[in-house]
Amino acid sequence: MSDCCATATIEIAATPRVAGKIQTVALVGPPNSGKSTLFNRLTGLRQKVANYPGVTVEQHYGKLSGIDRGDLTLIDLPGIYSLNTHSEDARVAVDVLHGRMPGAPVPDAVLLVLDSLHLQRQLMLAAPILALGLPTLVLLNMSDLMETRGGEVDTLALARELGVPVAKISATRGTGLDAIKHFLDQKSEPVKAASPRLELPVMGNPRSYRQWATGISTRTKYKAPISSEWTRKLDSILLGRITGPLVFLVIVFGVFQVVFSVGLPISNAFQEFLNGAGNKVGVVLGHGWLESLLIDGVWKGVSAVLVFLPQILLLFLFVGILEDSGYLARAALIADRVMRAIGLNGKAFIPLLSAYACAVPAIMATRTIENKRDRFATILVTPFMTCSARLPIYMLMIAAFIPNKPLLGDFFGLQAAVMLSLYVLGFLAALATARLLKSSILKASSAPFILELPQYRVPTARSLGLRLLDRGKVFVQQAGTVILCVMIVLWVLSHIPFHADLPQSIIGHIGQWIEPVIKPLGFNWKIGIGLLSSVIAREVIVGTLGTLYGTDPATQSLSLQAALRHDLTLGGAMALVVFFAFAMQCTSTLAIVRRETNSWKWPALQFAYMSVLAYVAALATNVLVSRFF
Amino acid sequence: MSLMALSELKIGRSAVVEGLRLPDEVQHHLMHMGFMPEARVRAVRRAPAGDPTVYAVDGMEVALRQETARWISVREAEEEAR
Repeated sequence: MSDCCATATIEIAATPRVAGKIQTVALVGPPNSGKSTLFNRLTGLRQKVANYPGVTVEQHYGKLSGIDRGDLTLIDLPGIYSLNTHSEDARVAVDVLHGRMPGAPVPDAVLLVLDSLHLQRQLMLAAPILALGLPTLVLLNMSDLMETRGGEVDTLALARELGVPVAKISATRGTGLDAIKHFLDQKSEPVKAASPRLELPVMGNPRSYRQWATGISTRTKYKAPISSEWTRKLDSILLGRITGPLVFLVIVFGVFQVVFSVGLPISNAFQEFLNGAGNKVGVVLGHGWLESLLIDGVWKGVSAVLVFLPQILLLFLFVGILEDSGYLARAALIADRVMRAIGLNGKAFIPLLSAYACAVPAIMATRTIENKRDRFATILVTPFMTCSARLPIYMLMIAAFIPNKPLLGDFFGLQAAVMLSLYVLGFLAALATARLLKSSILKASSAPFILELPQYRVPTARSLGLRLLDRGKVFVQQAGTVILCVMIVLWVLSHIPFHADLPQSIIGHIGQWIEPVIKPLGFNWKIGIGLLSSVIAREVIVGTLGTLYGTDPATQSLSLQAALRHDLTLGGAMALVVFFAFAMQCTSTLAIVRRETNSWKWPALQFAYMSVLAYVAALATNVLVSRFF
Repeated sequence: MSLMALSELKIGRSAVVEGLRLPDEVQHHLMHMGFMPEARVRAVRRAPAGDPTVYAVDGMEVALRQETARWISVREAEEEAR
């Protein structure tokens, strides 16, 4: 590599750009420096999350009420190694620091968090940050751990070298935060004296940063702590040739099992609670269009989405424990070989697995994938995994149309085989789509798989709790905006003209109007209405079909299963479940994809692609089943 | 003192980085992770499937795929091999 002038230095006067009172403070630091924990400490529960305009990077900000400076705003910048603008994260950080990011206030001061366990390397980020010339406080995080492991550093010497104050803190324990308050109180006074001139390395050259950082760490007598024996010992088991995959499978199945066996009953109980609450309010409102709109339309629709909240939170609790403990990186390492075969990397494994419960938390969990193309590919294939909302319609159709012939003794019958093949079908669709995406629009960029293995840590209840609150808030906000709008539109379509039954409403007419289109799949207009109404959420179709067949005089006296058998062929029934295996019938997922990709382009593409695939696959199923059975 | 690719370094052996032949942005990222010329690297362990490999560099453990590590050339420090 070209490296001609590593020893040259330039001088930059550290004059603050904004004199006078400060209002906004930026929190900067490399990934894994404990920056988020510190952010949570400093802002408490009153923080806001939003996407920066035009990019997928999340913006966290809040008032500094954790240290009694509620008048100041703290912006948490994405974790970065350098201000080199190759990555989207770094580009956002640079733009915010220079006050060029629309919608973000211009920072007047910087808190630079460095992990004191790896100070020498982390100091490389200090050079470009100090060059900005903003009032800066350097925070040596995890200093308690460093000292117990025999590391040391002369903070006074470091402050002299850097020309800015330095403080030792521990974000997890909350020690040393007084220094931040003191620094901010002091900087709130108008600045008088000119700061000393500072020697900084050549900008943008990692080698010169490195030499600069090494020089400083030598002069400040930095002694790196001994790396924890614990981590090494645990890794020899958790990454062992035989024990590694074994533990991995136990953890993965354990999480899956708990989310299903504990999460599903909680979701059901929550659903009953929501319905009960809706009915009580309905009684108060009396009968009329207002009650119908609010209870049947808005409340039922929103609660159909809210019932996923317990499962989502449970899943996030596990993902949070895995991530905070340091195991998630190991799981990514173990899964990488397998995931690579389909063009994704190891970090996509946990999100894809989560999608068997629900695509929404799975898509939110793709944040751990830094490579944007890999992340988008993962987001786009996630909804193919068989989520729990598909189970009601699968179970209904299988119970109605498939005889339970034993195939392998009493344990494995034909019904189970059909159910299993639907799971496999979704998985194969995800595989094929991932390959397709990675060889076309999301062709691999040059960004390789570089995985930092952090030391094992015991997750704190505080950070897990804040994470759940944060994710829960994001989901409910979605349910409260995008989903609410869709609900209202659908309610209006299914209630105009007034006092008409569903078949006579606009949506009923649309259902009958699209019948010619869906006839080749073996569907009738009732199924058509079911498909339209289940755009909200997949499980809604069961309720809709129940209503439609319940009001039809021909099938009124039959059970729903018998009515379906009376109305559909085996080909049509199987085509319907195959349609549901592929189609994107989920407003929550669309809303989350929009949020995570920060554009309507991706959810629109995903919806179109999955709908076409579902149509073609259902058509093929109907033709094949009708011919051979 | 033989020159080789980092991917060929045996588990438990240490080496000194000579140079990186990767696209600029990848190179920058790796250098910030500690894979800097003259830095000492040790191959710690391979993932159960044989790839990626975990390397200890600069007091930190970083996993790289073989396809990346082969573009980092290293000099094996023979006197250090135990």
